[in-house]
Amino acid sequence: MSQSTSTMGNEKIKSSRRKFLKTAVTLAGATIGYTWLKSSKVLLFAAEPKDESLPYYGIVIDIQKCIGCGNCAKACKKENDVPVEPFFFRTWVEQYTVKNDGKVNIVSPNGGIDGFTQTVPDEDIFKSFFVPKMCNHCSKSPCTQVCPVGATYESPEGVVLIDEKYCIGCRYCVQACPYGCRFIHPVKKVANKCTLCYHRLKKGLAPACMETCPTGARMYGNLRDKKSDLVKFLKEHTTQVLRPNLNTGAKLYYNALSSEVR
Amino acid sequence: MKFYIPPQLPRLALAFAIFISLFLVARHFLVPDTFGEYGHYRGASLIDNAKPELHYAGQQACFKCHQDIEDKKAQDVHSDIHCETCHGPGLKHVVSSKAADILKPSGREFCGSCHIINAGKQKSTINQIDLNKHNVGKNCTECHNPHQPWEMKK
Repeated sequence: MSQSTSTMGNEKIKSSRRKFLKTAVTLAGATIGYTWLKSSKVLLFAAEPKDESLPYYGIVIDIQKCIGCGNCAKACKKENDVPVEPFFFRTWVEQYTVKNDGKVNIVSPNGGIDGFTQTVPDEDIFKSFFVPKMCNHCSKSPCTQVCPVGATYESPEGVVLIDEKYCIGCRYCVQACPYGCRFIHPVKKVANKCTLCYHRLKKGLAPACMETCPTGARMYGNLRDKKSDLVKFLKEHTTQVLRPNLNTGAKLYYNALSSEVR
Repeated sequence: MKFYIPPQLPRLALAFAIFISLFLVARHFLVPDTFGEYGHYRGASLIDNAKPELHYAGQQACFKCHQDIEDKKAQDVHSDIHCETCHGPGLKHVVSSKAADILKPSGREFCGSCHIINAGKQKSTINQIDLNKHNVGKNCTECHNPHQPWEMKK
């Protein structure tokens, strides 16, 4: 009697185990199958053809036109709610003063927002100019390559963006950017940078810095459209990117860039 | 001839199959929906990045009401300066139409932020003023109309 009960118990266990295994395998198989069917793209990221119908943005900064008023940096902070505390900038202006003795004086008080006061006496100045800096929106950007979680990327429009929900705040990108264009947001604790006012571009508006530049020293445009003003400007002027030796594929071109600029 | 398969191999293969399946199942739930849609990132993040609120309306929005200023400004040197360069972010004012919601800057310091003399500026780009010599003590707008600065007020 007792023996038969125990065999019955074993049978029960065996059949319920078989049931469990069956269900588990079915569920797992279904999930894997679903993932596979839904998009094999998830597994094959590399070399997606770029969407030709979207613009591919490039930027030009004309150093000869910049007057160092700091409106760009000011507007950027207001438009993008960049922390007002000093030394968090998505864009800023530097003044380079090359002295007669060959030494270079570089200043950027509060990113140029409060304007510049020339401290070098006139008779010592060989030449002086302003250099607005911002994200170069590189097509082969070091910052996106080092991101361990895929939280920063170049969008199909050629704008380097950050996924704030996915960023883990590890700062790899901050130290990878050769142009010093990234920082960690002091409140959100994630990386932050120029988005070329992506939210404005999507609504057909110009980025805030370009909207407020009084001399038109900053331009943006579609590099794909060979008839755009930007491409025309690039053809007609001798432009240069910053640190071309690093092969970052920068899409921010400077007109009349001096060799002193770093 | 029959191959001899050691009995531990099928068991090992089963263990591998289970672990790989577990990995794939976990992966299915951990990888976000739109990851890989356009590249090695969350496709939905493009939408997130397009979301932030605007502050600057763009000068076409200004001209819908202030046609007269557009005509004045268009005549000469300040024509390329957009309204919000001086008046600050204007979307709030565009929505409310209240004068309190827009800046009306004046004063020597403000005009000087562009027009102050500095060796870094090209003389052909901008008229530069030495604030320590040019009509000290007077406000710029006492003589100049900011929308038509070349015309002197009487």
